[in-house]
Formats: sequence, C-alpha cells, structure tokens
Amino acid sequence: MKLQTLVWREIFERKNQLATSFLAILLGVSVIVAMKNITFYSEKAVAYQLDALGANILVLPKAASLQDYYSADLQKDLFPEDYVKRLTSSDLQGLDNLSPKLSIPVEAGGRRFILTGILPKNEFQAKAAWQMAGLFSRPAECGMAVTVPGLVTPAKETLVRKRVIQTLATNEVLVGADMAAALKLTEGGTMQLLGRAFTVTAILPQTGTVDDGRAFAHLHTVQQLAGKGAVVNAIEVVGCCQQISEGLVQKINQLLPEAKVVTITQIVDTQIKTNRMMSRLSLLFLTIIVLVGGASIANYMFANVFERRREIGTLMALGAGSAVVLRMFLLKAVWLGLAGGVGGYVLGTGLAAILGPSLAGVPVLPMLAPLFWAVGVAVAVCVAATYLPACRAARLDPSAALQEL
Amino acid sequence: MIALQSVTKQFQHRGNAVTALAGVSLEIAKGDFVAVIGPSGSGKSTLLHLLGGMLSPTAGKVRFGSDSLYDLSSDQRSAIRRHKIGFVFQTFNLVPYLTALENVQVPLVLAGVGEEEQKRRAESLLGRVGLSDRLDHKPSELSVGQQQRVALARMLANEPALILADEPTGNLDPETSAGIMEFLGELNDEGRTIAMVTHDLRLAGRAKRVLRLVNGSIQPDRQARSLSAAIASTEQAKAVSTN
Repeated sequence: MKLQTLVWREIFERKNQLATSFLAILLGVSVIVAMKNITFYSEKAVAYQLDALGANILVLPKAASLQDYYSADLQKDLFPEDYVKRLTSSDLQGLDNLSPKLSIPVEAGGRRFILTGILPKNEFQAKAAWQMAGLFSRPAECGMAVTVPGLVTPAKETLVRKRVIQTLATNEVLVGADMAAALKLTEGGTMQLLGRAFTVTAILPQTGTVDDGRAFAHLHTVQQLAGKGAVVNAIEVVGCCQQISEGLVQKINQLLPEAKVVTITQIVDTQIKTNRMMSRLSLLFLTIIVLVGGASIANYMFANVFERRREIGTLMALGAGSAVVLRMFLLKAVWLGLAGGVGGYVLGTGLAAILGPSLAGVPVLPMLAPLFWAVGVAVAVCVAATYLPACRAARLDPSAALQEL
Repeated sequence: MIALQSVTKQFQHRGNAVTALAGVSLEIAKGDFVAVIGPSGSGKSTLLHLLGGMLSPTAGKVRFGSDSLYDLSSDQRSAIRRHKIGFVFQTFNLVPYLTALENVQVPLVLAGVGEEEQKRRAESLLGRVGLSDRLDHKPSELSVGQQQRVALARMLANEPALILADEPTGNLDPETSAGIMEFLGELNDEGRTIAMVTHDLRLAGRAKRVLRLVNGSIQPDRQARSLSAAIASTEQAKAVSTN
C-alpha cells in the first residue's frame, strides 16, 4: 500500500461529499475551455477574412476619413505616387502587394460614375472580392497560411483574365457590372470618358460594392486626364496578417509619416467583437472558478479535516509527521484538480463543437492545447484552495483530536 | 526506558488554568508493565499522551531512553512513535475505509516499508491475533473484539518497544477483554514495556505495577502497593470461589 492508496480510498469513501466541489471545478473549466476553443477558431476566422479581403492595409492622405473599404480611395486629398516607390524600396517584411489608385468622377450616358486609375497587375492581385468570384488569383505568398476548416478556399484564376490584366494598355478599361449594364457596354466595345476613347477589355462580375459602378483604367492615363500630375488617392496594401499583428501598420506609418495608414478591421468587426466578448467571458469564468470553485473546495476541505480529525490524530499517533498529513490532503487536491481538469476539457471541447457554429459562426474542432491549460488551472485552484485546510490538518494537535472523541 | 521528571501539564479552559498533571515523576523500566488507574478526569490519558510524545508538558521533562522527548523536534518525535511506540485506543481508531490488512499496513507505509514486506508482515500479524480469515474486511464488517485485535496487530506492525494502551478493553465484553489482556501479557513477556490506562481494577491486577492517579498526582508508593495487594487478593478470592 502507498500513501496514495489511502488518499484514493478516502476519496471514494466520501465521494458524495466531494461531488459539489468536483462539479464546481468541472463546470468552470468546461466553460473556459469551450470559450477558449471557440475564440481560437473565431480569431482564425478573423485572420482568414482579413486575408481574403486582399488589401488589408490602406495608405490614405492624412486628412482622409474612412467610411467604407470599397470607397476608401474616393478622397479629395492626394499624395505623390512616389510613396509607392518608398514602400517598394523599403525593407519592410509582409508587404505582398501594393496597389496605388487615383479615382476621379466621370459622366457617361448622362450618369455619374467613377474612373479609377490602377497599376493593373497589382490592383487585381489585391482585389480578393473578385478572386472570390473565381476570376483572379490571390497573392500566392499571403493569406493561404490561414486555413479555417469548413470555409472554402477561393478558386484559382482564369488564364484569360490574367492575360487581360497583365496587358491592360493605356487606352483600355475594365468596366464594373452596373456601369456596363447602364451604358449597355460589351467586351470589345468602345466608350468615351473625359473625351478619350477606351476599349472595354472586360466587364467585371457583380461584387455588390461601389466597384460595380466604376471603370478601371491605367493609372497613368487617369493621372493625365485628371491633370494633377503623378498623384494618387490611396495605396492599397496586401499585408500578411502575421506581420500586421507584429506591427506592420506602425512601420508603414514611420516610413510615410505624411500619410494615414489604417487596417480594414471594421470589415470583421462583428467577429472581433465576438472574440473580445469571449475573452472577457473567459476571464469572468476564470474569476468565478477561482472564487466559487476555490471557496467550495476550501469549504469541503475544512469540513473534511474536521470530520477526519480522529483519523488524523490516529495517523499522527502511529508516527505520521505533519508533512505526511499535508501531503495526504494536497494529493487529494491534485487528484480532484486532475479529474476536474480532464473532465472539464472533454465537456468544454464538446460544448465548443456544438455551440461554436451558432455562437461565433465558425466551425470548431477539438484542440489539445486547452487540455494542459485546463488541468493546470484546475490543479492550481484545487491545491491553492486546499493549502490552508491541509496546513490546519498538519498542525492538528493529535492529543486533543484523540481525547475529544 | 521512559521517565517523567516533575511533569506538570496545565490546560487553559475559558481563561482558567486547569491542572491535569501536577509535578508527576515516574520511571518505567524496560520490560515493565504499568497499569495507571484513577477516576475520570484524573489525568490518565494526559499522562499517556505525554509518554507518547504527543502532548508537551507545561513544566518538567519526559525522557525516552537518553532523549528528552520534548526537546526534540515534532518530526523527531513522530519518528520515535513510528519506530518505537505502539498505541492501542479504547475506540480502536481503525481507518474506516481501509480493510483489516490495510489498517495494519498503515504504520508500515509511514515507516517506508516496501509493499511486499508490508503485506507479508500485516498478514502474519493478523494471523497472530486470529484474523487470517478477515484480511479484506473493513472495520464495519468486524465485531468490536475483532476490531480491537486488528488494532493490536496494527500496533505491533513496527515492533514497538513501548506499548501505550488507553483503556484497551473499555469497549469490550469481559471474555474479549480477558483475551486482549492475555495478549498484552504475552507481549510483555516478550520484553516489551507496557503502560496501560484502565478503569478496570481487575485488569489492572494483571500489570506488574499499578499507579493510582488522583487529581493529577500519583499517589504515594505505599498506597499504590496496598492497592496492588488489594487487587491481587480480590483476584485470588475470585479464583478460589470459581474453583
């Protein structure tokens, strides 16, 4: 027999009394594990959405305001196209693509549209909304590192579209779906914009954004038509999420102090809010488990010490030192914590898998990491809550304990 | 073997000092069998706990061999109890959720004896007290007499030189009590020192010496001797009438 056998036997002898404390730990841990699990996948979903967005950083004029991601380049203020060179010649890590844009209002067929100048290859690589429609490829270097089970990866580009983008000439335009419909444009046809004739190279698929009412032409052509020199309204930047989280925005800000650099977080604002809520709730439940679970365990252990004082006195009479008595109670706490931690992990993981899709809108799969976390927290709470009662048991006066009964 | 030197023990009760032992001096030699008798509250159990290193005196010294017991640390006193002292209690104090075998193994666990050896010694001791067929029984599944025999086996687990018995037959019927006393006599014959607290004058007569404790003091030798003689004559008279 070992001391541990004695501990085990006592646990099973009085298991009903232990049930409440076990339940407190089990439920507390399971809720925290469920939330951590859901938050993890929800954060992945945020990263995925940021990547899927393509350009997730915008460089705008200092005075610009950002109302809508898709119309972010529609600013009155301008800044030099030279900023693009400053970015490309820098040693910043995580810049996968740059897309300078200049947008000006135009009239056609009696209606107002937007003519946006782009540097074609860059622009289309940054436009993930179009990639989602199956037309253009996303940057190969970025975004694909984030995978969320259950979400469909965007399809590959079509070769035809890629060829068109790469050969976009100074007299060619790509026309948004709404604009093409309003002006009855077809691919291969021609149109007049600001007195200049353009060939319609492609009609873009519907995106549901302001881009549907745009025509895209070569940046330098639009600059000529605007007559304002080599300037742009915005530079869309495809930054890898990892680098963004490591401070890419701040680094760009340092490089371009005259510009305003923002990330497109409002697009995934709901998801971020959910994550924040989950984090706060996790913290709340951690507090509850520490206070309620800890108090419940401490209460149980104090009662257990009181109930077992004759047994403790007898063990001391048989030669058990205070260290042995202390160890007996702490061992019990460790077992309680282990059982609560593992049980809480299993229950929490199950809850996350069931409730994750409805709570955070993301599929949630089991993760191993929270197991160690759950067991660590549960054992720590149990041991901490047991320490004082265990000390009281270890300091018990055996003579008094034996005489009073 | 063990000696009390002018030992006084006082307890605080609602702010008042209550004297349980008042300047008691006593020497128990190796191989002695001492019965301590006295009315309730006379300090018998206090005396026993002092001898067992479980209750520090207010004044005086308790010597165990060459050691001053209460000048040792708590852990050192625990070690002495573990290896040299065996306790027997009136209420047996078996661990209720352990079997008879496991209860006897407890002192061996505390002494760090290997599991195989624990089992072998526990089985042998339970065999000695006639409980070989009750190894896996829990205390609640045993009669009170059997429970006390398990407690005796447990007490013997670490081969103690000193046995401290607190009313060992207090909860037993006369027949079982006689069996227990006979067993204690055997242990004394083996050379173990026994200090026993009892109310039962007849059982006290089985001891080599009887000490009477009154109001925390041991009565003078003269009185104790006459008490021993009285007990002995009562025993003789009983034996004659039985024959």
